[in-house]
Amino acid sequence: MLLEARGLEVRYGGIRAVKGIDLEVEDGELVCLIGANGAGKTSTVKALCRLVPSSQQALSYAGEDISTLPIHELPKRGLVMVPEGRGIFPQLTVEENLLMGAYPRGRGNLEAQYDSFPRLHERRRQVAGTLSGGEQQMLALARALMAEPRLLILDEPSMGLAPMMVEKIFEMVAEVARRGVTIFLIEQNARLALKVASRGYVMESGTIALSGAAEALLADPRVRAAYLGEEAGATTAG
Amino acid sequence: MDTFLQQLVNGLTAGSVYAIVALGYTMVYGIIQLINFAHGEVVMIGAMVAFSVIGALAGSGLPPIAVLFIATLCAIPACIAVGYAMERLAYRPLRRAPRLAPLITAIGVSIVLQHLALLVWTRNVLAYPQIVATKNYALFGATITNVQLGIIAVCVAMMAGLAMLVYRTRLGIAMRATAQNQQVAALMGIDVNRVIAATFVIGAALAAVAGVLYSTYYGVAQYTMGSLLGLKAFSAAVLGGIGNVPGAMLGGLLLGLVEALGAGYIGDFTDLCAYPWIGEALGERCANGGQFILAGSEYQDVFAFIVLILVLVFRPSGLLGERVGDRA
Repeated sequence: MLLEARGLEVRYGGIRAVKGIDLEVEDGELVCLIGANGAGKTSTVKALCRLVPSSQQALSYAGEDISTLPIHELPKRGLVMVPEGRGIFPQLTVEENLLMGAYPRGRGNLEAQYDSFPRLHERRRQVAGTLSGGEQQMLALARALMAEPRLLILDEPSMGLAPMMVEKIFEMVAEVARRGVTIFLIEQNARLALKVASRGYVMESGTIALSGAAEALLADPRVRAAYLGEEAGATTAG
Repeated sequence: MDTFLQQLVNGLTAGSVYAIVALGYTMVYGIIQLINFAHGEVVMIGAMVAFSVIGALAGSGLPPIAVLFIATLCAIPACIAVGYAMERLAYRPLRRAPRLAPLITAIGVSIVLQHLALLVWTRNVLAYPQIVATKNYALFGATITNVQLGIIAVCVAMMAGLAMLVYRTRLGIAMRATAQNQQVAALMGIDVNRVIAATFVIGAALAAVAGVLYSTYYGVAQYTMGSLLGLKAFSAAVLGGIGNVPGAMLGGLLLGLVEALGAGYIGDFTDLCAYPWIGEALGERCANGGQFILAGSEYQDVFAFIVLILVLVFRPSGLLGERVGDRA
């Protein structure tokens, strides 16, 4: 087991945003966590990356208890997260952003990222805040790959992007997974997420409502009704 | 014209020292949005430590430049220790507190440091040993001394070095990344606490040198010297755009110039005899080239604060403080 959480709970004041859930991600998997806005997805990943305090029975990565580690220790161990809203440094150049991705490793392999993302090479001297939303998402992904992650956590990579760009980003995510990086993908766009993932969790108001193989979830009538915009045979745009 | 050039030289000298001190304010503000009001006291500690070292080496027969160099080398670690300690003990515990709390703490730290210095170096105005023999050079009708040249050269070199550090090194990029988004910086594996401590340490090292230069230039040191110098440097940082590194350099130099030119000309502008109507009314006092000056160059300190007020009213973001648009 690469990542394991047992009884994970996140509270904001008196409100329980995540109500004691169990999650696990095996080496080499692409697992997705889907659910509506406010279901607790982002709170869950934030807790996994120690960005918000949580309580749990167990929280381990690669066999190590990470519940007491400072945030900056995680990427050194290969656990890298792309936060919601991409989290690029808007006033640093594209290249400086990439270099920061490899911070614990020294310089990192810029050339490899420029090969996979030629667009970023074109814009490497440009300040990242001036990139388009899609380019920023590419930058966030490339920056995460600079750390040569073992487990990559992506929080809503499709957020705020045009549909064409979303498909492109998902192709890239699938490609990264094919290269052997384990991925934990958090998405509102359930259809796309379940298409690239091998396994999925469905989150509803702070709990895991359903989980299983991605194909099974795609076929599940409850998932189809609630997340794929298909109601009683009527098909609407998802 | 001679006054103008002379004041330009003087202003550039003082301004380059302001710039070095202003960098300490701006870097700390940039990274944790704290106005470290105790930064002026770090400058004072630097001047004081160097003062003691110079005194101790007085009879050693070393060349004056070497003495000054050793004194500075002693002042730097002392200031670094002070800068690191204040971040660690006073500001870090308040990192998540409302912004007013660390601000007031900064004022407290400044008072504590002043009074520690008072215990060690007495309350007297200390005559700073002028160990470097002054040589004058003519420059288009103005005079520039070897000390002024040395101060400007050292400050320019430090500014260039700092710019290299901030814009070219891994630590510098990490400092700017941390300034923009601490949480994401931590997710990249940057130890945010260490980067913030490094910022204080760098600012303190610059302050140490600035303290030695300042006191050598003006020939005095006192435990309260940091507060006025600190306020001026803070004004310089605000003038350039607080949080902006090139802005602090520009602001410092401009402030030095404004101050020197203001001091050079305020006497002429407030000489009532120079105004025909008032001059006549004053009659005898103005006869035969007499003067009736309301405010002389002792009002030099006012200019820094006039600049501060004007900037805050008309351009609160400072000269270079415009932020690049960020799309999220």
